[in-house]
Amino acid sequence: MTERVPVLKIGDVLLVSIQVDLEDQIVLDLQEDLAGRIVESGARGVVIDITAVEIVDSFVGRMLATTAAISRMLDAETVVVGMRPAVAITLVELGLSLGGVRTALSLEKGLAMLARPGDHRPAQR
Amino acid sequence: MKAPLPDLDADEETMPIDSNDDVVRARQLVRTLAQRCKLSLVDQTKLVTAASELARNTLVYGGGGVLRIGLVRRAGRTGVSAIFDDDGPGIPDIDQALTDGWTSGGGLGLGLSGARRLVDEFTLDTEVGGGTRVAVTKWAR
Ligand SMILES: Nc1ncnc2c1ncn2[C@@H]1O[C@H](COP(=O)(O)OP(=O)(O)OP(=O)(O)O)[C@@H](O)[C@H]1O
Ligand SMILES: [Mg+2]
Repeated sequence: MTERVPVLKIGDVLLVSIQVDLEDQIVLDLQEDLAGRIVESGARGVVIDITAVEIVDSFVGRMLATTAAISRMLDAETVVVGMRPAVAITLVELGLSLGGVRTALSLEKGLAMLARPGDHRPAQR
Repeated sequence: MKAPLPDLDADEETMPIDSNDDVVRARQLVRTLAQRCKLSLVDQTKLVTAASELARNTLVYGGGGVLRIGLVRRAGRTGVSAIFDDDGPGIPDIDQALTDGWTSGGGLGLGLSGARRLVDEFTLDTEVGGGTRVAVTKWAR
C-alpha cells in the first residue's frame, strides 16, 4: 500500500509514466501527488505517458479527466500521451470520450504541445 | 437468479474479489483466458475493460464476491465467459442501473452500461437483498 507512481520533473514539466497495472488506491494517490507537485514545483505542464497501459477503464479514465481539470485550475496543462489504438476504441465504446483531456501520440509530440504557448486550450466537452 | 449461465469448460477458474488487488488480478486472469481463446487484441482489450468494471462493482457495491471464468463453446465457436457473483444488496432498478451516467455513488455511471456494450452477451441477475450476478461472453471471430 506504500507503492507510488514516480513523478519526474523535466524543466517546467512533470512527467508520469505508468508502467504497471495500477490498483485503484494507487491511481487516487497519483492524482493527489500530482496536484501537490504542480503547486510546489510551479510546473506549467503535466505529461502522463500511458504507452505501457493495456486498458483504461472508467476509473482510470476519470482520473485522467480529473487530473487535467485540477492541473488547469493550478495553471498547468495536462497531455496524455501514447494511448494504444485498442484502448482508444474501447474507451469510446465504454462511453468515455475524455473530451477535456489533451492527447498526443508520442512523448515527443506531447512535450512539443506544451512548449507551444497559446495553444494550450483543450477541445470543449 | 433465473438467467441461464454460460456453460464453462472443465478448465474454468475461480477467484475471490475482495480487495483492489483482486480487481487487478481479475483483469490479469481475464487477459490470460482471452489470449488462450485467441481473441483479437481489440476484443481482448474490450473484455478486460468490461471485466475491470464488473469486478470493481462487485467489490464496491456487492461488498466483495467471486469471479468464475472459462472458455465456452457453442456451434463451433469459442469464447470466454466471466461470471461475477456477490451477496450484496442487489440492484432495485435494473433499467436505471444500466443507464449511461446513472450512479448511486461517486462514479461516472458507465461501468454496467459500458460493459454491456463491450461484450457480445450480457446477463444481469439481481434481487434486492439477494445479491447480483453479471455474466458476460466475448466470442472469437
Ligand atoms: N454488484 C452490484 N451490487 C449492487 N449494486 C450495483 C452493483 N453493480 C452496480 N450497482 C449499481 O448500479 C449503479 C451503476 O453501476 P455502474 O458501474 O454503471 O456505475 P458506477 O459504478 O456508479 O460508476 P463507474 O462504474 O462509471 O465508475 C451503481 O452506482 C450501483 O448503484
Ligand atoms: Mg462501476
